Parts: sequence; structure tokens; C-alpha cells
Amino acid sequence: MFKRLDESPLQTVTVVINGRSVAVPQGESVAAAVLAENIGYSRTTPIKQQPRAPFCMMGVCFDCLMVIDGIPNQQACMVQVRDGMRIERQHGSGV
Amino acid sequence: MKDHYQLVIIGAGPAGLAAATIAADHGVEVALLDEQPAPGGQIFRAIEAAPVERAEKLGPEYRRGAKLVTAFRDSSARYFPDTQVWSLSAHREIGVIHQQQARMITAEQVLIANGAFERPVPFPGWTLPGVINAGAGQILFKGSGIVPSDGVVLAGSGPLLLLLAWQYLRAGVKVKAVLDTISRVNYIKALPKLPGALLVHHHITQGLRYQQTLKLAGVELHNGIRDLQAHGKKSLESISYRHKGSKHRLKTDSLMIHFGIIPNIHLSQAAGCAHFWHKRQQCWRPELDKWGGSSIEGILIAGDGGGIGGARTAEHAGRIAAFRVLHNLEILNQQEVNHEAKQDRKWMKADLRIRPFLEKLFRIPDSMLKVPHDNAIVCRCEEVTAGEIRSAIAAGHSDSNQVKFLTRCGMGPCQGRQCSQAVAHIVADKTSIPLQQSMQFRIRPPLKPLTLGQLANLYPDETE
Ligand SMILES: Cc1cc2nc3c(=O)[nH]c(=O)nc-3n(C[C@H](O)[C@H](O)[C@H](O)COP(=O)(O)OP(=O)(O)OC[C@H]3O[C@@H](n4cnc5c(N)ncnc54)[C@H](O)[C@@H]3O)c2cc1C
Ligand code: FES
Repeated sequence: MFKRLDESPLQTVTVVINGRSVAVPQGESVAAAVLAENIGYSRTTPIKQQPRAPFCMMGVCFDCLMVIDGIPNQQACMVQVRDGMRIERQHGSGV
Repeated sequence: MKDHYQLVIIGAGPAGLAAATIAADHGVEVALLDEQPAPGGQIFRAIEAAPVERAEKLGPEYRRGAKLVTAFRDSSARYFPDTQVWSLSAHREIGVIHQQQARMITAEQVLIANGAFERPVPFPGWTLPGVINAGAGQILFKGSGIVPSDGVVLAGSGPLLLLLAWQYLRAGVKVKAVLDTISRVNYIKALPKLPGALLVHHHITQGLRYQQTLKLAGVELHNGIRDLQAHGKKSLESISYRHKGSKHRLKTDSLMIHFGIIPNIHLSQAAGCAHFWHKRQQCWRPELDKWGGSSIEGILIAGDGGGIGGARTAEHAGRIAAFRVLHNLEILNQQEVNHEAKQDRKWMKADLRIRPFLEKLFRIPDSMLKVPHDNAIVCRCEEVTAGEIRSAIAAGHSDSNQVKFLTRCGMGPCQGRQCSQAVAHIVADKTSIPLQQSMQFRIRPPLKPLTLGQLANLYPDETE
């Protein structure tokens, strides 16, 4: 599980993660926002339906694929949060 | 963004920033592209945005980055953040995604400064949520001030492991244990390299300081651990490992692993640059001349993408490559660039003295690289296990590309970035074809996923 350090407050935007509204710092990656929410897993695999979560945070592993604003297969670690963004777990191939 | 630049640099880490600054200061029209939202690369990630108290916890080495970034910001180099490079050809055509649009640009000279990523070493349970790379943990810390809430176990090997443990301690995170695969043999083999390493004592003293701080804080530090495994149903619940002959189990919901870093060679492979297997660094790297020139004219490589040398070396290599570019563009003559590059060469040579020592000390055991457990998932995307790969080899498929074809290993969205090394090790182990002769997966652009819309925009005339 993760937590945020107690730091001087930053500007935030509001995103919806799996139906829940949360305020997250502007400029943060979707994957970071999702990990800080401790939702357990962010996708299931297409073949064996295994739970997965972001692993590398730098765009190389593709384990962070999520549905962002309705579009599947987005690399959550490479996308920045935007106000009003809807972020959902991806089940299987997402299509 | 224009369609053509004299110099395009891919990557805004120490190498790319230093190169861009030098080239721009000599009047070259430079475009620096990076997929991150801000300059700094991996080591100086979020250096401009991180709140003071976070930068303080990350330590003095991190804060050094501010100078490099400021010099770059003050230069005339054009900077394009949030810009992914998804292809590079031998003719220096560069495929980029910029502001959601895919497009091609060209350059007279291309400098690849795309850095490294953490070496993937598969073991049972490494795909469970709760297991992440130590570098990923550090990205969360640097970029967002996000840290483990219920303690963390750090396992693997390499300087980054100790550094992160030290940084976590400063941030008040409970470090349950640091489990290092370094064995006595590593120490013995590294010893002859120590005198050279001591010449760059700041690295050694730093490492010792980290260790001492951790010990004083009562963190469990174990060397020579083997047989690391992660357990849990839906996410990580515990880990197990062997140490001094006996098996241990530890409860934790967070495991961060690190097995050193390896050059990111997808772009140089796509362009067709020559590569070789580097025994000491246990990875493939591009063949480079002493200016960072690759086997293809007009394509240069600097920093960790050209071989692991660390941040300071990356900065020097970036400047040296920039001087070569100035020569290639006929802005400076040979004598002038020889002279200009002298100081950087000297410092780089000194800085690199630490490497032979580090490479011996933090060498990852071959027994781990060939993934001994049949049930360990090797291909995270297509969920192919080590056992399935070995079966394919036993059935007569004797190189990586044949294994890929048969098992789908490496055919998923990561394009083999996470499994190609392990597959090569398994193939070498089972076929006794030496690694240096073994074939790597063939690389085909796009290296980053493009949507159909982006592809259509790329060739507007043909789709009209
Ligand atoms: C996750 C991680 C954390 C690290 N942390 C530390 C640390 O704390 N201390 C330390 O001493 N060393 C650290 N290292 C090692 C350190 O990063 C390097 O030694 C140093 O940063 C190398 O500099 P560079 O300029 O070669 O590459 P980097 O600093 O890695 O910069 C490469 C840049 O290229 C960009 N890039 C890569 N591919 C593309 C593409 N296709 N399109 C667009 N842009 C691209 C990346 O976004 C990145 O900004 C870390 C390495 C990793 C992988
Ligand atoms: S976490 Fe690895 S690609 Fe996003």
C-alpha cells in the first residue's frame, strides 16, 4: 500500500477513479494517482485474467494499461491527470 | 515543431541536456524531445517541480540536477516535452507523437540520449500487484511524493537499491529488509578493482554512508540471498528467499526489486545500429566510437543508452557527442573539437574508474538470469512461463525469434522489452549457443502504440 508524504499543498485536479472522485496533484501521472488510491489492481490480463498493477512507471512494461476517458489500452504511467478525467480498471484486452 | 532540424536529441536526461546546451550555444538549431512532462531524465526527474522538502529527502546528488536544467533552459535549444519517439530510421527519419498527433520529422544529426531501464529478472510472483521495480518506487517518490505506507522490502542488487533504502529512511518509511544477491564471491572478484574505484572516492563514500545509515537505523541487510519468490492471491502477501542455506519468509504487501539497469536499445536497434553483448555489464549495447558515433553515419548515442556509466558520465558523453556534431556540421574543425572535448574526456575517464568495481560487485548471478523456476512468468504481456520457453527449445526451436513465434513470448504490447533478455539467457543455457551469438528479437516500429487515427493522420494523402 502507498501513501502521500505530508508536503506543502500543491494545486490539484479532480479525477474519477473507478467511480470515486478524488483530488490529485496537477501534473501527476495517472498510474501514480491510481497507486496512491490503493485500488489493489489496475487491470486483469487478457489470457489468464490475473490482476496486475503498474510495475515500471516509465513506459516500458505495459502493465499499467487502463481505460481512460473511455479509451482502453492507455499507458497510465505515461498519461498525466486532467480535471474531470475518468479512469477505470481494464479487464482483459479492454476491447 | 518544424519538419526538419539540424540536430534532434531524443531524451532530456543529463546526456541530452548537456548536449543540447553545448550545440545550441554554438548556433546549432536543436530540438530536444522527451516523453516526460519536464526535463531531468530518470535521475533528475521532476527536479523543477519537486517541493523543497522532497528534494531535501532525495539528497544532494539529486539537487545537483538543477544546474544542468537551468543551463539548458537558458540556451536557445527548442524543448518538446510530452513527445514520444516511436521510430527512427537509418536515414534519420524520426517518428514522433506530439500533442496527440503522429508525425515524421528529419534531422541532419540525431543524438539518442534515451537512457536505461531496470533489468527485468523474472521470478515466481513478480507479476503480483505489490511487486514493483525499485526505480518505479523512486519515480513515485520523486514525481509525486508517494511512498509505501506499511513498510517495504527491497530486494535484488545494485547501487539504486541502497540509495532508495536510504531515501526512504529519510522520509520516515519503514524499510523491513534489504535483501541483496551480492555474494562473498562478488566481493572477492571485485576486490582487485577497488584501488581504481577509490580514485573516484565520492561514489564509494556515498555507498558506505548509505549502508552505515541503514545499519544504524536497525534495517536488516542480508547479502547472498537466493531463490526470491513473491506470494499472494490477488496481490502480494509475503515473500520468501534462501539465505545461508535456510529458507526465510517475510510478510509484506510491498516488495521493490532492482537488478541493475540496462541500455534502452530499442531505438538504436530499430535504426539498424550494430550492437554487441557486453559481458561485464550483462547486457547488449550499441557499438560506439570514442565520440559516441554509432555504426550509422549521423546517428550518435550518449549516456546510459550507449552503455551504463551513470549520470556524471552521461553528462560528459553528451557534451563529447555534441562536439562531434559540431564537427559533422562543419561548425568546428577537428583540432577545435579535440581541444574542446579534452576536459570532458578527462573527467569521464576518471568517473568511469568506479565501473569495473561496481560491475563485479553487483553482478547478477547467472543462475537467476536463466530463470530456474518453470512456473515463473517470463513474458508479462502474453503470460508465457519459463517452462513453456524451455519446452519450445526442447522441441528444436533454437533461437529467440523461433521461441517468440511458437510461444507468443515477446509479441505483446511491450514488444519484448521485459522478456527478451530472459529468453536469450534461457536459450543460451539450453542450446549452449553463446549469448553473444544469440539473436535478439527483431524490432519493428512503432515502438510506442499508435492509434488508428494517429496512423491515418500520418499519411493524409493516402487516406483521403
Ligand atoms: C528508474 C530509474 C531511476 C534511477 N535513479 C537514479 C538515481 O536516483 N541516482 C542515480 O545516480 N542514478 C539513477 N538512475 C540511473 C540514471 O538514470 C542514469 O545513470 C542517468 O540518468 C543517465 O542519464 P541519461 O541522460 O543517459 O538518461 P536518462 O536520465 O535516463 O534520460 C533519458 C530520457 O529519455 C527519455 N526517453 C527515453 N525513450 C524515449 C522515447 N522513445 N521518446 C522520448 N523520450 C524518451 C526519457 O523520458 C528520459 O527523460 C536511475 C535509472 C532508472 C532507470
Ligand atoms: S508501469 Fe510500466 S509501462 Fe506503465
